[in-house]
Amino acid sequence: MTGSAITMMVIGMVIIWGGLVASIANAVLKSKKNRA
Amino acid sequence: MDKQRAQWGTRAGFIFAAVGSAIGLGNIWRFPSVAYENGGGAFFLPYLFALLTAGIPLLIMEFTIGQKYRSSAPLSYFKIRKGAEWLGWWQVIVSFIIATYYAVILAWSLSYAYFSLNTRWGDDTEGYLFSSFLKVLPGENAGQIGSIVPSVFFPLLIVWVLTLAILFAGVKKGIERANRVFIPLLVIMFGIIVIRAITLDNATAGLQAFFEPDWSQLTNGKVWVAAYSQIFFSLSIAFGIMITYASYLPKKTDITNNAFITGFANSGFELLAGIGVFATLGFMAGQLGVGVNEVVSGGIGLAFVVFPQIINEIPTWPGLFGFLFFASLFLAGMTSLISIAEVFISGFQEKFGISRRKSVAFGAGAAAVISILYATQGGLYIFDTVDRFINQYGVALAGLVEIIFIAWIARELSALQNHANSMSDIRLGVWWKICLGLITPIVLGFMMIQTFTADLQSNYEGYPTSLIMTAGWGLSIAAILIGVLFTRFKWKGIDSSIPESTNHKGVAK
Repeated sequence: MTGSAITMMVIGMVIIWGGLVASIANAVLKSKKNRA
Repeated sequence: MDKQRAQWGTRAGFIFAAVGSAIGLGNIWRFPSVAYENGGGAFFLPYLFALLTAGIPLLIMEFTIGQKYRSSAPLSYFKIRKGAEWLGWWQVIVSFIIATYYAVILAWSLSYAYFSLNTRWGDDTEGYLFSSFLKVLPGENAGQIGSIVPSVFFPLLIVWVLTLAILFAGVKKGIERANRVFIPLLVIMFGIIVIRAITLDNATAGLQAFFEPDWSQLTNGKVWVAAYSQIFFSLSIAFGIMITYASYLPKKTDITNNAFITGFANSGFELLAGIGVFATLGFMAGQLGVGVNEVVSGGIGLAFVVFPQIINEIPTWPGLFGFLFFASLFLAGMTSLISIAEVFISGFQEKFGISRRKSVAFGAGAAAVISILYATQGGLYIFDTVDRFINQYGVALAGLVEIIFIAWIARELSALQNHANSMSDIRLGVWWKICLGLITPIVLGFMMIQTFTADLQSNYEGYPTSLIMTAGWGLSIAAILIGVLFTRFKWKGIDSSIPESTNHKGVAK
């Protein structure tokens, strides 16, 4: 794979999967905070 | 009545159901080819832009409408403005029509999961699909129905029995429980497919083709429209689904973060599907000694013609690979079918004041009976025409009308913004109103004009005019007219007033 293809793959993964992880983490933290 | 309204057991239950609705067949068979054809890796730029400026803002809007008015789509619009009830019924009828043919694709997937075990399709996968399995009438007979095809009819029966069983069990014990099992199972199964796919010979050639950016495409307007279309059709927006699902949320919940999770989870699965599909296509191209561009396809052709060919070539355990692929298609479609059916079940239940069981029996039962039409020898042509027209002039057009109504006619955006902000962690600012009030209607409007012009110039797929006029234009117009007709009936046993928990600004007290 070329460098540009690998870069786009990594960017896509970081933004999309990172966005998902961040949204879930936010929900979990908020729910823990509410329970405390 | 509000006190008796069904409710999700947990927040996670709602998210699983919303994600299950959004992740459908299109994630697996549409996104990879759309991305490849529209700039490869460069497509991620317009795609992410569309997700953030249209997809997630629209999800937030529909979640807020559902959670605020705690009603089905027609009753929610009725509560916003009495004269807008027809819009909700239009979406209900569109959902009903989609449910009738969507179930048939699940029946095909179910059959192919079974066929995979001994690669029953043989070497001529195209001939097997169209002649042996579907027994499709010759092209010149498109528009005729022919006889029922038993190999499609019986799996279709299984699909509907399973769907009805889940819907009969209710929101919490049926839909929520099913999605809590189906979605993790889908991710695990597709994860195994991806791991196997990227370890196949020549998989990197496929990934190279998928991710290699063609930056020149970014100046092409069609690429941006393709990105918005993909986001729009992928997120179950404008079906009334997200309004219905959000109506089962508790009175206090984080609406905005739920929308972000749903939007990113849907796109996350699309990315996973793109990697799995293109790694597999790279393997096939290597086996045939051709370029990846020669084996790329999408839709039914990719799933039921190209993938069986690839499965034939897989060196170890091809049956297991095939089973996982078609079972994934089945699960992705099943969670979407349940959500599509819930739209009309909820609407009928509230309109006619009947029990959920009766609404499931009559609503989903009627959809099941009508779906037999697609299990006939002429079913494929009817399916293709209905799918094309009802998506463009049902889902997309209803979406455009919905956003114009909410943003410009009812001027409801500020009230919805206040409502969402009153209970959400991420606060909506002016960007949200700009996305919904300007960007989304402009792009959707452009998409509609483009499609309408093309459809007026020539018959879709060159099908006979009689088929286009009945299953295409006729059915699309009928969906609107039937929607208007439903407004003639009175709401029975339902409080159709604006909920007491909200003041005129839409802020929860």
